[in-house]
Amino acid sequence: MGHRTPLYDQHVTAGARLVDFGGWDMPVHYGSLLDEHHAVRTDAGMFDVSHMTVVDVTGAGARDYLRHLLANDVDRAPVGKALYSAMLNAEGGVIDDLIVYRRDNDYRLVVNCGTREKDLAWLAKQSEGFAVQVAERPELAIVAVQGPRARERLGALLAPARAAAVSDLKVFGFAEDGDWLIARTGYTGEDGVEIILPGADAVALWQQLADAGVRPCGLGARDTLRLEAGMNLYGNDMDETITPLQAGMGWTVAFGDDRDFIGRAALEAQQQAGHEQFVGLILEGKGVLRAHQKVISAAGEGEITSGTFSPTLGLSIALARVPAGTEGKAEVEIRGKRLPVSIVRPPFVRHGKTVYQQ
Amino acid sequence: MSDIRAELRYATSHEWVRLEDDGTAYVGISDHAQDAMGDLVYVELPEVGQALEVTDEAGVVESVKAASDIYAPVSGEIVAINEALEDTPELVNQDPYGDGWLFRIRLNDKAELEQLLSADDYRTQLDSED
Repeated sequence: MGHRTPLYDQHVTAGARLVDFGGWDMPVHYGSLLDEHHAVRTDAGMFDVSHMTVVDVTGAGARDYLRHLLANDVDRAPVGKALYSAMLNAEGGVIDDLIVYRRDNDYRLVVNCGTREKDLAWLAKQSEGFAVQVAERPELAIVAVQGPRARERLGALLAPARAAAVSDLKVFGFAEDGDWLIARTGYTGEDGVEIILPGADAVALWQQLADAGVRPCGLGARDTLRLEAGMNLYGNDMDETITPLQAGMGWTVAFGDDRDFIGRAALEAQQQAGHEQFVGLILEGKGVLRAHQKVISAAGEGEITSGTFSPTLGLSIALARVPAGTEGKAEVEIRGKRLPVSIVRPPFVRHGKTVYQQ
Repeated sequence: MSDIRAELRYATSHEWVRLEDDGTAYVGISDHAQDAMGDLVYVELPEVGQALEVTDEAGVVESVKAASDIYAPVSGEIVAINEALEDTPELVNQDPYGDGWLFRIRLNDKAELEQLLSADDYRTQLDSED
């Protein structure tokens, strides 16, 4: 038996198919991944992401510590804003990707579940010499409510202060009320919020949302939605051997001043030397692109890092790491056959609309 | 509880076979298999005229999340494929024993059916997998 989130009983009652995900028993779908996907693109769906790890970083040295630890610069986020960043090793490889919330006097991080132990070890090791405390918050659950009607449906269920926060938040903004942190962030390419809250509150909220018609969605739809949105998945699209520059995450690296962050020298050397690029693929015929399939073009060979059938587009899409200069058309090898693909710039879908560019 | 049809024979790899009077047989995947795969989005079928031996790869069914090989449960020649699946692979989810059939094969040897599982045997296999 794996770890269970506070919402485990709700998943079982709702008929979820549960799978082991990084040691947790998590719902992969509740009957139809496709229906869940479409619910998020057209209305609202909710995800239990309580398996993710919440870590609070406090102390006088928190800012300096995080400016050293993270490839993005926490100073880019004013108080009340969230920031996406990679955490790198000295070689520039991605140890994890995470969200950092800048609070009045401290910071909250949300890191991946599958990387929890190595992340906590790295956070502890790098804290030496900084006046910080790094504390995991395992008692907190996380519920993501996503979709064009997500905030409207959620707001209608909440007390006035929280409802106001939900309706007023700017993209990537967050608000706290008691022990709830409500952030206008997500992993779907749709509007919506992620709420970090105590486990017992999560159970009550989940039930209210379900009663209001918000559809429970599993990790399966979470993956198709994020892939359509062109968002990376740790372990697929990047890992400790891949730098953010090779994974389409250059925009998250803040080189702006002389800030001495871990991995900086390696990234600068790679910028000089040149590196692979990260692109989107559209399969022109029928079939399904999958991770690790080979991409062949005039510029050389690359590899699909994530692939799926796109429920919104009705065809197969992928993210791939390919040689610099790959553009236009390429081929992907699927079970010994070479099938034509178009190279595009992700994202594929945002706010329910097709947005990719050739 | 998945639907297991008494009149069919089953392969351990979850294909079903239904013998017709003319010596051909329909082949599909079981209700258990389609349910385990989830929403199917692509089905690759053998070619009409193709000769297959038992356990040869006969196609692939792909859901959003995964691809799964289809194996020939009996040997023979493919005489028809379910062309409707090219545009509507979800038929396999909706009606795995009917409109969601995969291909029709002319058996080399009807005795091969005896090597397959009965409905009861297949039920026992599924129970032991749980």
